[in-house]
Parts: sequence; structure tokens; C-alpha cells
Amino acid sequence: MKQKLTSLWQKLFGDSVRAFGVISVVFMFSIAIAPAKNHFSEWRHYQHGYLKMIRNRSDANTLQRHFDSGIRQIWLPELGVVDRCTSCHVGMKEASLSDVSSQPFRPHPVIPHKLEQFGCTVCHRGQGAATTVAEAHNSTLAWEQPILPAKYIESSWGECHRGSLPGTPVLNQGRNLFSRYGCVNCHMVKLPNGTTMKATDDPPSLSHIADKSTREWIYAWLKDPQAYASTATMPNFKLTDDDARDISAFLIANSTTLPGDSVTLSAKPSSDPATGASLYGESFCASCHAVQNAAGNMVGGNIGPELTKVGSKVKPEWLQAWLQNPHSYDPGAIMPHYRFNDSQVATLSTFLLAKTDSDLLANVHLEAATPQQVAHGKRLVSDYGCASCHEIAGIKKPENFAPELSRIGSKSITQLIFLPGMPHTLPDYIAGKIKQPRAFSPGLRMPQYNFTPAQIDSLTTALLALNEHSTTPPPSLAVPAIPESNYQPAGKAGKLMSDLACFSCHRINGHGGDMAPDLTWEGSSAQREWLVQFFKNPGTLRPALIRRMPRFNLTDAEANELTDYIVMVYQNPAVDRDSMPLSGYSQGEIELGKELFYGKYACQGCHIVDTKTDKGYIGPTLTQVGSRLTAAWIYQWTKNPQALRPGTIEPNRAMSDEDARALTAFLISQKGGATKETAKK
Amino acid sequence: MNSPSSANFILCTAVLASALSASCSRKSSSVQLPKPSAFGTAIVESSGGKQIAQTGALLPQPVVVQVNDEQGSAVAGALVELQAAPGVIFDPANGLTDSSGQLATNVSLGGMAGRYQITASTTDTSRKRVELKLEEIALGYQQTLGSHLNTQYCGRCHNPESTVERVSNYDNLEVKPHPFSEGDTLNKMSDADLTAIITYGGPALNKSALMPAWGNTLSKSDTQALISYIRAISDPASRAAGPVYTRN
Repeated sequence: MKQKLTSLWQKLFGDSVRAFGVISVVFMFSIAIAPAKNHFSEWRHYQHGYLKMIRNRSDANTLQRHFDSGIRQIWLPELGVVDRCTSCHVGMKEASLSDVSSQPFRPHPVIPHKLEQFGCTVCHRGQGAATTVAEAHNSTLAWEQPILPAKYIESSWGECHRGSLPGTPVLNQGRNLFSRYGCVNCHMVKLPNGTTMKATDDPPSLSHIADKSTREWIYAWLKDPQAYASTATMPNFKLTDDDARDISAFLIANSTTLPGDSVTLSAKPSSDPATGASLYGESFCASCHAVQNAAGNMVGGNIGPELTKVGSKVKPEWLQAWLQNPHSYDPGAIMPHYRFNDSQVATLSTFLLAKTDSDLLANVHLEAATPQQVAHGKRLVSDYGCASCHEIAGIKKPENFAPELSRIGSKSITQLIFLPGMPHTLPDYIAGKIKQPRAFSPGLRMPQYNFTPAQIDSLTTALLALNEHSTTPPPSLAVPAIPESNYQPAGKAGKLMSDLACFSCHRINGHGGDMAPDLTWEGSSAQREWLVQFFKNPGTLRPALIRRMPRFNLTDAEANELTDYIVMVYQNPAVDRDSMPLSGYSQGEIELGKELFYGKYACQGCHIVDTKTDKGYIGPTLTQVGSRLTAAWIYQWTKNPQALRPGTIEPNRAMSDEDARALTAFLISQKGGATKETAKK
Repeated sequence: MNSPSSANFILCTAVLASALSASCSRKSSSVQLPKPSAFGTAIVESSGGKQIAQTGALLPQPVVVQVNDEQGSAVAGALVELQAAPGVIFDPANGLTDSSGQLATNVSLGGMAGRYQITASTTDTSRKRVELKLEEIALGYQQTLGSHLNTQYCGRCHNPESTVERVSNYDNLEVKPHPFSEGDTLNKMSDADLTAIITYGGPALNKSALMPAWGNTLSKSDTQALISYIRAISDPASRAAGPVYTRN
């Protein structure tokens, strides 16, 4: 063997001329490697493929003219973008290629941004500078940043756009869930504007829990909150029986009694069992609270807690006190203070207490708690960070209880510990953590949530948007969110409005819920007398809606107090309510308005003026609009509805002054007489 | 003198090796299929076809297919395999039918907007493949925006379906609007026609005044987004909806 090698060596390098020749050949070969690599490169292959593809198309000439061979690059130093993606994705800007189904030749879908101004990797991640498929798209040992899967793409948009966008439903949902499920109670998220993200859940205080619930219910709830209510916000902490026993013991022992938490009612519940259900319906409890029906469907809203098994949870005397006035137990409660009389409280509480589940507490038998158990319970409450969400007397809200997530979307994967079998990418890690937090290592305290796969995807999207870019984007690109105002009305009326929890449903000056109409300009729009009557007996304006304003049993003084405040304060500067009269329009104008209403503008498509012929169900019924709205408001509204209520769905018809005046004359003549006539018939 | 050449050789080998390893890393792993205990002769859709979701997102409902025998009754324990264009993810991608002869799978669509063809297949006793083809629709950014605008403005009249939260106005209208999926009518209208009727209302095309003018309420790009949404969801498919992505 050795001899053979020696003879080969002799043959090749035996004499110097031959050695020179051999080495030259080797050199030539090695020098040829570089141009050969270039020649056989992937991008060149794709560019050839592109040219071949466009050759037979009718628009070949145009496409050919746009084509520029060689490595293409988008360089945006301000964004740190060096993107060579368009070297292979050649037809990116050719809308006419929309019938092409194979990548990399698809045109980019229409987006609000220009490719040359943003590049590709700003949204899609991946390695912009790479010129091979694998290096550009996948994560390799040297490149950490793989292409962002399409389902998380909205996270990139969230880096610059801090508020919600109509085109990013997944990101919006993720951000809402993140606040709604109180994630930020434990995980701090600092926003680029210097504030921290706020939770929007409303976990109850546990300082007086013994007034409200039994220890047995607390135990069952701690073991599995979703067994009590499938819609419960509280996650499952997977507590052992002993731990749940001790925490319930501590919470009961730690609870203090509130003086207003039990009331003596002067009346008995109604003897008719149907009264409870109808009072529940009339009071529109279902606008906020859901109950699971026999078919397993949730019926009702999700603003308040689910009531399917409420009878197994609350003590009767507490429920009665709560129904009488929720704010004496919880001053910040979002439930309105219905002015129920004693008989109504008794009837409604009897109705609600009948909603029980005998299985829930059947196997819960707790002996009296020992001091050791209470002490152990207290330690567990600290360990699990219960006070991060709940107010608990004697326990301080822990700070930095869980890792801060302000830059989680930039976390290096070398710092992550993956589960076996899990793809080694950051999105998979985040989704896995949300899905099964305790699987990652024994002793982790993050509880188990019941998110659906779609919810996990949207939460992951929202978390990926929290990264280095989002904290320090070029200032010209950051689009800040519109901050939620903390508007609070002042004075006696303001107090009344808090008591009635108006802001749980209505929005005023940028603050409040979105279930009911925005009342920012209500003083310009509604007639005084109508408001007073509406407060005393709210009728419905929109027959198709199942959620309606409940009756709060207000006194005359209260109704007047509220009306005065609204009429005086909630005025739109552009609408002078006294600028147009409520009557005295000529018959000609009214007739013209009627013609416009039914003809040119076809308002009957959405509104009802004549209950016999009109059927429109979208806008409010206008049979009595002349007694409800001011003429000045109707006039301005017909001219430009969005100017008065941004986002309202009534289209802006760019009406002439004459048309608007005639329509106002017609509408203001609708005082409700017609309805009474039809009712008589 | 031979040391630079050997260095070159080492370089060459390194380049070759890295190229090799790159090509190897692309190999697909073989899938272990469960063993069927029964065979059917037909595969039919139970539910889940023609759904709409955003690109890359999970379809709102699982796709459920059923395997039947010659008599048309359900076959339990038959093997069903699902395939589609690259980027579509099935969970699970195969499995045996349950006691009611069905297999349900959650589907995430691919990253490109358009229609995705899903092929569900089973084999009969003679190992012959029986296939069922379904189509699902993926919305891109523009269509998603259009879908949002549809929900907010148009759907109240144009969508005949009522939900608990929102009663449809369709039945209340004297002249019935066209549901946006009604491809037979809407595919015949050009983009310019649709833009005109949205911007200037029904009378612009000699149609009912019940369709109001939206030109002062919706921006031009809003209108384009709406049209792209209408094109994306039309049934039968519009030519403007682009290609159908199938498995290669």
C-alpha cells in the first residue's frame, strides 16, 4: 500500500515540470470553484425559472422589462434591513402574476406599505442577507431567526402599531386576552411609552370571602374553577387536596365581616315561581351574565360572572345584600345598583339560589381547620402569588412575581429549554408554555389555562410583538395606541352614574364599555322630556337587539338629576340644540322629506317610520323620533353621521342643506301618534 | 509546495460536505400510519368544507370526513389520510375513523391568500385509493380588512343568516340584496361595476335605491378591500380569486 502511494507520488511530482503541471491543474480547478458556485447558485436557478415561466405569457414583454437579473437587495439602514429576498422572489410586485400558484414567483398580496420602504424581514423575519433557500428561511446553527410562520405574521405589525387595527384581528384578540385573563397581573409588560400594560379582568377581593361563600365551595373552586363555571377566568393551579384544604382554611380564617353583608328583608318572595325568571329577564341580567342551558349552550353576556351554579356558591344573605346594593360589598363593582324593593330582592335571590349543582360539593367534607393548616395555607397563598390578582387582607401584592415579558419576542432560543419533540423555535416555545406551562419543569407555579388552539395562536402573536424592535422602533414608524381616557363625571350626577354603573355599557368621552350607545353628545341629541321618561321606563329603540337598557327604578329626583346633567354637559359644540324648532315646518317641507325618505335615500331599508309598511331593523325605530331627538341633531346627523359618532354604520350621504332640512321636517313630525293608532287597531 | 493544494482540497471537501449536509437536512421523515381494521368504498364530507380563515390560521371548525361502505353505511376503523399544498397543517394528518365512521381534523391554512384544496383519501379492500376533495378559503391582509368591513357595514343586509347577536335585515328588504358568496351574479360584475355600486349606490347601475352610496363613508382602499373579499369568498369561485393551491 505504502509502495503504491510512493509510486503515485513519484508519478505526479517525480520531476519538477510534471509537478508544476499537476499543481497548476489543481489550482485551476480550485479557482474555478467560486464562479461555478455562483453559476449553480439557487437564486440564479430561480431567476432562470422565472424567465422560462414568463416567456409564454401574454404580458411577457412588460414582465421582461421589469426583470433585473443578479442579486437584488433592499437596503434600509434606519430599519437595519439588508434584504435580498427579491433575488428569488422576482415577481413580488407584478400584480398580473396573481394566477401563479408556485413560490417564489407569487406577487405579494396587497398591503398598505411599499416593499422598497420596509423590506421583507421587518414583517416576515428570516435572514434577509442570505442567498440560499435554507439560510434565508430556516433557522440553522449560525442563523437564529427563522421565517415567521404565517399564522403569527400580525405580531410584526404589532411592533409598530400599538393600538388595534381593523386588519389585525388575531393580534387584537391576543392583546385583549392578555389583559382579560390577567396575565399582566403576574408578568409585567412595559410599553414603549413608559407605562405598563393594565389588566382588564376584575378579580374579586378575598378579604371578606367568608361573608359570600362557604369553605366547601372555595375548596371545590380551588381544585377546579372550570368545574364550577366553564367560562371562569381563574386558571387551574393543580393544587393537591391538602393544599386546597389549607388555602380554603386560611381564606376563611383571614376573612373579616362587612356590616352590610346580611340584610333582613321586609318582604317574602313572590309565590308565583315564574316571577323570578321574568324579573331576571326584565332586568336584562342576561346582558352581562350567562347561564348554561340544558343543551349546553351559554345564554347571555360575558361581562359579569356565569350564574349557572351560583346557588352552590353564594350564601343567601350575602346574595340578598348584593342584589340590594352591590357597591356596599365591592365599591368598584361594575354591576349597577338596581333599586330593587325587598320583594324583588327576595324573588330574584330565590330564583338565583335555585341554580345549584348537587355534584359540585357532594364529595367535599372538610374538618375544622387547625392553626397549622391555616399557617400553611397562608404560605401557599404567598407562594402561588394569589395576591397578584386578588386583594387579600394582610398579604401584600408581590412584585416581579413572574418573569417580565416586555421583550419576550426577542428571546434568544439558546436561552430556552424545549420539551422533547418540540420544534426549536420561539413561537413554538411560547405556544407550548401557554398550552402546558407546568410541563416545562417540575415546581413551576404558572397555572393551567383552558385556551382554545386559536386563542393560543393569538396570544402567541401578541407576545411575539413584544420585542427589541417594538421597544425601540424608529420614531417615524411607531403608531401609538389611543390611550383609554379615565373620564369621570363630577358632582352628584357623577356619583349617581357610578352607582348605576353607566360606564359598564356606555362610553362617554373615550371612557366606558361598548355594549350600548356612546353618550358623549347625548345632551345635544335627546329631548329633555324624553330622557326623563326613558330613565323611568326605558323602552327599546332597536327591536332586533336582545340587550337593552334595564330599568333601575329611579326616583323622579334621580331621573331629573341625571337628565339635567346630560342636557347641560354632554353638548356637541357643532350642534346647537335650540337652533332649529321642534315644530312649525311647512306641510310642503314635510311632504318633500317623506319623498326623500322613501325615494332618493330609501331610509326604510334600515328604519321604521310607518309600522304598517316599513320593516328596516338595523337603525333605531323612528316612529316617535320627533319626541325623542332634537331637530338640530337630526339635521346635522343626516348631513354627516360619522362626524357626530365616529364609526356609526349609517352611511354619510353628503346631503344638500335643502334635503337635510326637508328630512328633518319629516322626521320631527313623527311624534308617535301612528304607533298608538296601530296599537288600538 | 503541496501544503496550499492540500488546504484547497480540505476546503473543497468542506464545501462538498456542507452542501451534502444541507441537501440531507431537507429529506422528509417517513410517517408511521396506523393499521386500518376495516375498509370502505367511499369517502364523503361530513362538515368543514368551504370555510374561511385568515392565512396561516386555524379553520373555525374541524374538517370532518366519513368513510362509507357499498351500502352507504359508515365504516369504523378505516384509515383516512389528508393532504394539501405545502404550508397546510393537519392535526392529525391521518387516523382511523371512529365508531361513527368519521375522522375530524383541525386544519391550519397556508401562508398565501387563496383557495386551498384538501384531499382526504382512504383505501378500499383492493388497495385502490378513494379520494375526496374539499376547498377552503384563506384571506390575506386586504381580504381580512374587507371581511371586517363586511361585518360592520354590509353583512347586516347582504348576509341572510341571523345570529343571536345580530338579526339579519335581509328578509325585511323589498328588493333582496345579493349575498357576497353568490358567485353566479357577482362574478359577472367587473371591479369597476362593484366600485361604482358601492361608491354611488344602487341607482348608479340602475338598481334599487335601498343600496345606499358608501363613497363618503368608505375610503377608496376600503372599497378595494371589500371587493377583494367578495372575490375571495364567491361561490362558484371568481377568476379574480387566483389559483387553487393543491398538493404537489
